[in-house]
This record gives sequence, structure tokens and C-alpha cells, in this order.
Amino acid sequence: MTSVVATNQTILVVGGGIAGMTAALEAAETGKQVVLVEKNPYLGGRTVQLYRYFPKMCHPSCGLEINLRRLKANPRIQVLTMAEVTGITGDKGNYSVTVKLAPRYVNESCTACGECNKAATSEVADAFNYNLGKVKAAYLPANMAYPQRYVIDGSVVGTAEGEAIKAACKYGAVDLDMKEEVVTLNAGAIVWATGWQPYDAAKITPYRYGEFKNVITNVEFERLADPHGPTGGKIVRPSDGKEAKNVAFIQCAGSRDENHLRHCSRFCCMASLKQTRYVQEAYGDEGKSTVYYIDIRAIDRFEDFYQEVKANPNVSFVKSKVARISEDTNGDPRLWGVNTEGYVRYSEPHDLVVLAVGMEPSVKNVAIPAEVMGDSSGFVMADPSNAGIFGAGCATNALDVNRAVQSATAAALRAIQVVNQVARAEA
Amino acid sequence: MADKHAAYICTGCELGTRLDAAALVKTATKDGKIALVREHAFLCSADGVAMIKNDIDNEAVTHVAICACSRRAKTEAFNFPTVAMSRGNLREGVIWIRPDTDEARETTQEMAEDYVRMACAEVKAMKVPEGNQNTGTSKTLLVVGGGMSGMTAAVEASKAGYKVVLVEKTGALGGMAAKLWKRIPNREPFKAPMDNGVADLVAQIDADANIKVYLNAVVAKTAGAPGRFKADIAVESGAVSTEDVGAIIQASGFTPYDVNKLSHLGGGQANVVDQLGLEALAKAANGGPIKRADGKEVKSVVFVQCAGQRDTSGEHLSYCSGHCCATSVKQAMYFKDANPDVDTVVLYTDLRMPGNNEDFYRAAQNKGVIFSKGVVSGVSTSGDGCKVQFKDLILNEDTSADADLVVLATGMVPTTGPDLDALSEANRVAEGSDEKAAVAKEQVIQMMSTSVLNLDYRQGPDMPQFKHGFNDSHFICFPYETRRTAIYAAGPTRRPMDIAQATEDATGAAMKAIQAMENAGLGKAAHPRAGDLSFPTARLEGCTQCKRCTVECPFGAIDEDEKRFPLFNESRCRRCGTCMGACPVRVISFENYSVNTVGAQIKAVDIPDEFSEKPRVLILACENDAYPALDMAGMNRNEYDPFMRVIPVRCLGSVNTIWITDALNSGFDGVMLMGCKHGDQYQCHFVKGSELGRYRMSKVYDTLKGMNLETERLMDLEVAITDVDTLPKKINEYAAKIQEMGMSPFKGL
Repeated sequence: MTSVVATNQTILVVGGGIAGMTAALEAAETGKQVVLVEKNPYLGGRTVQLYRYFPKMCHPSCGLEINLRRLKANPRIQVLTMAEVTGITGDKGNYSVTVKLAPRYVNESCTACGECNKAATSEVADAFNYNLGKVKAAYLPANMAYPQRYVIDGSVVGTAEGEAIKAACKYGAVDLDMKEEVVTLNAGAIVWATGWQPYDAAKITPYRYGEFKNVITNVEFERLADPHGPTGGKIVRPSDGKEAKNVAFIQCAGSRDENHLRHCSRFCCMASLKQTRYVQEAYGDEGKSTVYYIDIRAIDRFEDFYQEVKANPNVSFVKSKVARISEDTNGDPRLWGVNTEGYVRYSEPHDLVVLAVGMEPSVKNVAIPAEVMGDSSGFVMADPSNAGIFGAGCATNALDVNRAVQSATAAALRAIQVVNQVARAEA
Repeated sequence: MADKHAAYICTGCELGTRLDAAALVKTATKDGKIALVREHAFLCSADGVAMIKNDIDNEAVTHVAICACSRRAKTEAFNFPTVAMSRGNLREGVIWIRPDTDEARETTQEMAEDYVRMACAEVKAMKVPEGNQNTGTSKTLLVVGGGMSGMTAAVEASKAGYKVVLVEKTGALGGMAAKLWKRIPNREPFKAPMDNGVADLVAQIDADANIKVYLNAVVAKTAGAPGRFKADIAVESGAVSTEDVGAIIQASGFTPYDVNKLSHLGGGQANVVDQLGLEALAKAANGGPIKRADGKEVKSVVFVQCAGQRDTSGEHLSYCSGHCCATSVKQAMYFKDANPDVDTVVLYTDLRMPGNNEDFYRAAQNKGVIFSKGVVSGVSTSGDGCKVQFKDLILNEDTSADADLVVLATGMVPTTGPDLDALSEANRVAEGSDEKAAVAKEQVIQMMSTSVLNLDYRQGPDMPQFKHGFNDSHFICFPYETRRTAIYAAGPTRRPMDIAQATEDATGAAMKAIQAMENAGLGKAAHPRAGDLSFPTARLEGCTQCKRCTVECPFGAIDEDEKRFPLFNESRCRRCGTCMGACPVRVISFENYSVNTVGAQIKAVDIPDEFSEKPRVLILACENDAYPALDMAGMNRNEYDPFMRVIPVRCLGSVNTIWITDALNSGFDGVMLMGCKHGDQYQCHFVKGSELGRYRMSKVYDTLKGMNLETERLMDLEVAITDVDTLPKKINEYAAKIQEMGMSPFKGL
């Protein structure tokens, strides 16, 4: 059984992406007891699925390494992975929270030696790579996965393969009898940092995502560019593996649209500008990018980055909301629309189309098992009626990494205000 | 208590089959001179850990060398905070990067034996850090600036139970926000401007006994260190009070870009105002029709976005201030709400209204505000109003619009104090006695008068600025980290931002400041080595007062005492070791990281003679990026040359040149330095560490020449954590180059 040590002065952080990790670390490094709950088998959330960050073109794993080292060095944080909060009762200063833990089938004896992986024969979808590839049924989700412990897919439990995997582990780390558990813990304050999910591009029917293989999303494109992604870092199109040297980026795919997401998702302009760099990196002057946009929202000093990209002759900008996409017989997606600067109709083929899909909260406020105020998109709104529950990061707004970290740092203080009050009352 | 050393050799994860464990035990005993050496088949298991714990508790073991997996693995198991510990990386660092073949067996074993020797040597040179005794205990926060950011920081810190001293240079709290008629909405329904919120915050502060406010006051001097700052607060009346504070938030805000510099857009003309000017008119109108300065009611208004911003000519601000699109939308609503018949046109190139501001934009469109994508070429006086010439980008034609009033959306200029680089240059010039020096002296005096914090630090009176003069950090994951420990920037001094973001930012800054005070009180380091109890000490009797440590410390932690010796302010220190790397006489060390802990490892490596054809290459790898990359190369079984010996360092900045010259003198054939990217897009977690380290290393090439060695024997490699596949290739290329060059002539000397 998983045991959790928590009191009404404990801060529960829900979500182990960069916002949740930040909130947990900032609170713990201030001396607070923290329980960090993450539904994936590893920490880091969506940031670690990014190849590079804008505007520095540096790597998210660099910051993750620091955060993981902070975490490893801090005895005040208890991490629960493959865990989801299912119930919250009580009030500010004294919550009772139930957490459901899915079986990993691997216990803490795991040394990450990889023998189970060698023994596995079947493959399952690779969630870390947005299902663009496959992994063996016994897998380490990523190089930087923490806890550094393998995961065994439930599909092999009760099979001969499962037994072979178990037998391959010399350390008794494979436990196929592991069952789902429910633990209840006490907390004084809760930071809700469950992050975002990419808007379902299939809902934008004129863009035919899911039907045309060479129409992909911006998050998928990150995995294509990553040397540890499903293509080994090659920017090739899914339909035929052809090098994608002429890439279209469609901005506001779902965002700023009352039929889809009414808000602007803020990060997608910069993400696409960054991704034009990937095309350039891969193919040099042969790599051409076209950005179809309404407004380029490169706010504050990000403007520098926009100007740099704009100065690149291999990147062009078309002010247009793309009307629809068709597919040529060679598999090229063809974009149709009107360039509003001069009102010129276009019908342009590209090797690959990247939809700059926006952010929606991965857990909308109404899905949180407590009374939490939300805006019309389901983002958590700050409100006194939320009592001791505080939103952080992209659960509260469409934010880039930097702003998500700021938001999480602020949320950590709000949670500390509550537990300090509890401590003073009990002193 | 006497030191007792123990070494543990793990044979799990195939270490036992790939390596000769008995030989490793012998190496630890004989070469490592370790009294207690044990072998275990599964060292990280409960049983293995219990064995080590038992030795610590019952055998009085004080120093533990774990020879098993990487220091990044199994950290929960190998967690013995009361003893000194080293990790010999036999798994990720040896068997996982070597092929499992008979030919490779000998060199793989040699590699493992060296890592055992190194782990033993390192741990023997280490001490358990005892923590800084020179701690400060102040838990009071100083907030400089009484605008929205500063007030928010004060209120939020107080809510967490901390006392606050709030210093505002004007006669009232509120800052720029108080000058706004209304603010951009920060909550649904995002349809109309809302109250600026200043009065409410001021009332909260007035009623809060935890917050002490100084108005008409500036910080005349800040001395000390986190947990024990002494801030002299000078009030206009002449009175100076000294406050003991533990941490500081600089919320010094911004000034609008000078509209008079924008004469091409009509700046300076009677009927052309900036956004703040319009707020004043709106306040005067108090919800009624807005009138110009001459009293005429405004019937038509044109907003010119990006006025003197996003400028590519180099004359004005090159950045975007983020809030101005939404501010113009808000201001257009002032007109429409008072009188729907007022013509309101917003001329923009990109309308930047992120998040739910999109709804605010829609609401303005519904109220009849016209948005035109256009670039303004000129604003002139026309009749008793203005004529705005612009190129309509949609219709692709030059056109113009007449307006009673033109509003220029100018940008934010941060109030950050003097630019330290400019100041140090001026200071340098001012040392002379000629006319130029006199001018420079004047310039220094002038710059100093703009200081916000007046830090009594050797490295200057304010926080170093980053691009465009802001106090922001360039980290994406760690936006609050400045180069002055326990001093955080909040609000538009850090980055252009709106009120909603500034309040969030200020709350986060208050979090960091509180954390910094708490940790300073416990003698613990701040980010990124949070909780580290080690701190640098100097044997001053050996110090030559060369000042390199004081100059190079990226965090301004070291001053000079009255005898001109370095004066370490431990709680300002971030434990990167740059001072240690800088010291030419090697008198600076940490208890668990020193010239000796690394030097001993270098000496511990067995150097085969020149006829063995077994070169040795020392790799000094940054523990934050390069070392993890090497680790992950191992996890992916990316092989590299068996003659490499890797030592992780805290930062390239901590690398002392003695390690390199010692290594080469003792017969190493090459040295590779692996550090993070430096410069504007730095990835060094200590900001300047890798840059300073590299600069220092460039001097070693001369030493190499003096030793009659090829300069290629020292290689400086910029490594990112993701170089998991490319790094082994680069290592192998270097190994081939060393083979080509031949063995070092220094072997066996």
C-alpha cells in the first residue's frame, strides 16, 4: 500500500507539469510539506514533450534537470505518479482528498536497468510521442523520466509475455499483482495545476485533421523535430516519409473562434515562429515555411524573435484565416483562402501543414471535484469562493512556460498563506 | 569524531558480470586506502541501504563512496545526509557506454577501477557541510515601489505572516495605476473597463499593521546580505531611518516612452496625447464626454498603436509593451461608453490581445470601434484637429483620417537604475585626471543618482540589467532568478506587462523573497542549489588580494574588507564555485567541493605509460547539462571511448586552471571541458559561470605552449543536455585526434 504522510498544514499540488513542479518546489523550499500528484508515470508534463523553447531555442530538459535535482534533494515533497484526485471534501485549512493510483506494475526496487524492456515483445502506443510511434509494453517513458522507473502496460498482465517480463527482472521490481489503489490524505491548501491539452483539431472540420495524414498539430511537430522523437528528429511527413521542406503553419487553429476556443491561446504564434526554425535547421535554405496568421502576437521582448524570423527569406507570412484544406493526388495538402492584405485568393500546396492548435484546460473547472470558479473556457478563475484551492499555470489561463512558472510561484504563496494561518491557529 | 571511510561496490545491473568486482574491492582497499569495503549484489535494495545505514550508525562511518550507478540515479535509496558521500559511476559511466565484448573487457575494467579510485579519493577530501553560521534572522521584506506591483507584493507577503517595509518615492501609493481612469478587465465577462483597484489596495495597506509605509522616500543605501540587510530609507524631509530586512523586492515600475521623441507621429502637438495623457482626460471627464485640453469635446479619435515601439530603425523601442493594444481598446470604450457616436479608430499592425482579452476586443468591435491594419506615416495639424496619414495594409493604399484627438500608444521604459556595464566603464574612465575623466566622473554621479537600491556591493548599486534595460532573468523555467540573491524584481521593471500580470508577478516575487529569507536564516543556499549548506571559505593568509573572486562572482556575493581582502557574504552566495575557479592561489574552497576534491580525483587516475597506447583524457563536465547528457548517453547505450575519465563540476565557472595543468603535467593526454552555452542566450544556470570559465580557459592555452604541448590537448565544448547522441560522437572524434597527436610526453615524469 502506498502511504502518504500529510496533515492540515500540507500543501497538495495536483499536476506535475512545470507549473505543479514549480509550485511544489517553491513551497517545499520554503519549508512546507508538499504532496505532488501527477497522472502520468513521470513528471514534467507537456513542457518535456517540447523539443525547444522559444525564444532562446534552449531545451526544456535543461530546466527539468534542475527541478528534478531540487526535488531529489528535498525531503519535504512526496510524489505520487499515475495518480488522480477523485474527491475533495472539507474546507480551507482542512481538506480531505482521495487520490486514485493506477498500477504501474513496477515497484521502487526498479533500477531502470532495462531487462524488462528486453523481455517485452508486444508494442503499445507511445503516449509521450503523442502516439506517433510505439514503445514496448515495458518502457521508460522518456530519458528524463522521473521517477526513473519502468512502466508495464496493463495489456500484458496475465499473459505469458507478462510472466517473461517479470522473470527478466532480477530485483523483484515487477509486480503484476499490483491493483488500483485509493488513498485519502489531508491537506490545508490545494494548488490545482493540471495544465492544458491541445484543442481537438478534428473539430475544425475544414482542415481535415485525422483524415489527411499530412495535416498535423503543433505539439506533434515538436516530437518530429526532437532527435528522440518517433522520426529520430527528421522532419518528414507522415503519409510517405517524404522530407517536409515546404511547411505551412496555420495560426489560430481553433483559437479566437467563437465556434471553438473563444480565447487567444497566446503561445501559438511564438511556437510557430520557433518551429519555422526547426524547418530551417533541418533543411537550410531549402526549408521553406509559410505562416498563415491573423495577428502575430509576439508580445514584449519576443518581438525580437519575430523580427529575426521575419528577416529570414525562407519564411513568409500571409495574413489570412485559411478557409479550407484539400489534398492533391501526391498527398500535398493544399490551402485555400484569401490573403487579406490586398484581397488575393490563393490555393497553395505544401508538403506538410502544421495546425497551431490552442490550449484548453485539461481539467475544466466543472470537472474538478470541488466548487471552483471558472471562466467560459473552463480555466480556473481566482475567486475567494474557491477557498483554499488555487489555480496555477495553464489550468488558469493560456500561458507560455515562463508565465506558467510565474503563476505557479504566486499560487505557492497563496497556499502558504493558508497553511501558515493554520499553523498560527494551532500554535 | 575521527573520519572513517567506507566504499561499497554494487554488482547489480550486470556490474558483477561485466566487471571483476573482486578487483574493484581490491582497488578501493589498496589504491583507495579505504578501511571498510563491501560488495553487494543489489546495493540500492532495502537490504543494501540498511547495510550502509548500519555501518554509519554502528561502525561510525563518516564518509561513504558508493560505486554503483550514476549520482543522478537511485537518489532516494542513497540518501545519507549525515555523512560525506561520493558516487563512482560504474553503470551509466562505464558498462553502459562500453560494448560487452572480450576485447573491450580490459579497458572497461580499467575505467571502472579508475572511477572507484576517484570516488574514494573524492570522498576522503570531502567534509559534511555544517552550514553557514553567519546567518541573518530578519524576516521583514523590503518592497521598493508603491505602485500596483509593490502594493500587491506587500499585501501578499503580509497575508503569509511577514512584516513589510514599503518605500514609495512619491507622496502617495498607487503608482501608474492610480493615474488610470479604469483598468483592463481581469475577469469575466471581459466586456467593459473596470475600476483600477488602487483604492482598495491602499485601504488594505493602511489597515495592515504588518506593513510600514514610507512615502516621499527612497532607499539611500542597502548594505548586508539576505537575512541581514540594512536599508537606509531617506525621506524627503531629510530624515533617514535604517530598517533591518531579510529580502528585497524591486517594484520600481516604468515611465512611458517620451512622446516628444515621436515628432513624426505628432508627439508634442497640442491634440496628440499618449495613453497616460488620455487617462488624465478621461479622469477629468469622469464618465462624461471626453474633452481635449482646449475644452473641445472629442468627436473623433485615432489610436496609433506601436508608437515608438517595435521599432526597427534603432531610434526607438524595439520591443512590444504588451498591454497597449488592450489599453487602446479600453480607451476607445471610454469614448464609446460616453457617446456611441464618437468615431474611434485603432490603427495597428498586429492586434495583440492574448487570452480572454479576445473577448474584450470583440466587445469593442460590438461597440463600434473601428480597427484598421495600417502603418502611420505622419500626424499633422489640420483645422483645429489632426490629420493622420497612414498606409492601409488591407486595401494596400495610402490614405488619411481626420481626428479631434490622436492617442499614441507608447511603450514602457523600465525604472531599473544605472546600467552596471555602463557604470563600470564610466568608473574606469573616471579614474584618470584629464578632461575626459572629469566628464566621466560627472556621468558616474548622474547615473548613481538614478539608482533604485543603492546597494553597497562591490559590483554596483543595482541589479544587473538584461536586454532592453529590464531586470528580467533570461531563464524560461526560472523567471525570478536574478543575479542578486534575495533581491527580486516585480512588475514592469522586469518586463513590459499589464496590471493583471504585474499583480501575479508581484505575488510570485513575494513568494521568492519569503523563501530567500527563510533559507538565509537557516544558512541554506537559494536557487538553483536550494538547500545546499556548503559555502565558500578562504584561507586569507594565502590570498594575494588579486580581486579576481570579487570581480568574477556572478552574484555580487563578495565585497572587500578594510584590508582589501575578499569578504564573503555567504547568504548572497549561490554556491556555483566561480570564485574557487577564479582564485589563482587556490585558497577558496567548499567543504564538499574544493580544488582538492577534484584534484584528488585527477591524481587518483592510473596513468599507463607512454608505450601502453592507452591515453587518458580528463572530462570536466557541468553537472547541470553535460553530465546528464553523458548519463543519458549511457542509458541509451551510446558508446564512447574507454580512455575518458569524467568528473562532474558545479559549473564551468568553478573549474580552476590548476586542474588542467595538473592533469596535463601528470600525463593526461587531453582535457575536455563541457559547459553550457554562454552569451545573450546563455543556458548557464549561474548566468555568467560558463562564460567566465571559458574566458579563463582561453588563458591556459599560453600555459600549454609554455609546456611545449599542443593547444589541442585542451578542448572546450559547448554542450546542451539534449546532446545525448552527438556528445559520444564528439568525444570519439576527440579521442581520435588525441591518438593522432600521440601520447603526452609528460607520462611517468
